[in-house]
Amino acid sequence: MSGLDGKRWHDMGGALAGPIPQDDHDFALWEKRVDALMILASGAGHFTVDGLRRALEDMGEAAFETMTYYERWVAAINQNLLEQGVYSIAELGEKMQAVQARGETYGEASNAG
Amino acid sequence: MLDKVRVRTWAPPGHVRTPSYLRGKIGEVERTLGPFGNPEQLAYGLRADPLALYRVRFRMGDVWGADAERPEDVLEAEIYAHWLEPV
Amino acid sequence: MPHDHHDHDELSPSGHPYRADQDGPLSYWQVMEIAVRELMIEKGVTTAEAVSAQIEAMDARNPAHGAAVVARAWVDPAFRARLLADGSAACAEMGFDVGPMRLIAIENTADVHNVVVCTLCSCYPRNLLGLPPDWYKSRAYRSRTVREPRKVLSEFGLELPAGVTLRVHDSTADMRYLVVPARPEGTADLSEADLAALVTRDAMIGVGVAKAP
Repeated sequence: MSGLDGKRWHDMGGALAGPIPQDDHDFALWEKRVDALMILASGAGHFTVDGLRRALEDMGEAAFETMTYYERWVAAINQNLLEQGVYSIAELGEKMQAVQARGETYGEASNAG
Repeated sequence: MLDKVRVRTWAPPGHVRTPSYLRGKIGEVERTLGPFGNPEQLAYGLRADPLALYRVRFRMGDVWGADAERPEDVLEAEIYAHWLEPV
Repeated sequence: MPHDHHDHDELSPSGHPYRADQDGPLSYWQVMEIAVRELMIEKGVTTAEAVSAQIEAMDARNPAHGAAVVARAWVDPAFRARLLADGSAACAEMGFDVGPMRLIAIENTADVHNVVVCTLCSCYPRNLLGLPPDWYKSRAYRSRTVREPRKVLSEFGLELPAGVTLRVHDSTADMRYLVVPARPEGTADLSEADLAALVTRDAMIGVGVAKAP
């Protein structure tokens, strides 16, 4: 928020900024999975892309600057699923702990065996 | 059917799809779309009222004034009905 | 599982190696992805198969689909008219399932050039062209394209003549945009497939034009 105009950080049209970055990357498997989860959760009627955007905006500018695109997406998807009661915070906490205990790499941890 | 419209200068918190750089600017309706569910309700998991959506065309000179790169260039954006007022 | 890429030499559909995310230290957000996915499956929201199928469907979408649509519009005036009237229906006609996406096709002419941006987030015709490039989501592109679009285009190597009107489309709500670039000179004898090869992703966003033959 920058003063009386009520402008929020994500509303960046017209701001001055540096050159357009030209680098690009292919998405990692875990990022593609995040993308898929959004489509599937909204397809199942749990929330819409509007809910995703609202959560992304409410995460604030620091998140935009410090987290990658799909890191922000998975946080926003989780926020909506918690709000809609798809699972509880306790269930999430327990699951994340179990996932982390499986190994030290994504490959190990994503394999529930 | 709207013709010439002004974008409202509201500045509420929360999720809205009207960019601030267009607020208070005058443009012309390019085409009418929708109805679509109001994103300001959908964003909070609420039942959404159907709303008309307008593609509004602005002259760059009307958006940026003397700072416009080329005043005759145009900018078009989709604005929901409740964010527009007739001029 | 078909999408566990343990082999570092494996290439993505666009011909680049996947980022090495399988063997690096596990991050907090990767843990969350795994946890959210497993909870969604346990709660019956989705299935592991549906996640894999969704990734395959998204990997299959790429700029070649949009290029095929553009090339058809170049050679078939009736299709061009249908595309400009209803982008989603015209794509469906060619077998491209753009899902619930509402597509508006906008045409470049000798007098008008179109460019697309989303200042509020990064809306993109992903169901036709695949996922957007990183620069499309950048602060610089989102901020500057509505304010100094000609300067932005020049950074992409496109200098618009002063007599050409620029139309900037801010994708603020429910519509997605496909720019139909102008057909290059000297292409009268080319096949539809050869024409499609001239249509780049950047030309369909409007930061470029179709390649010369």
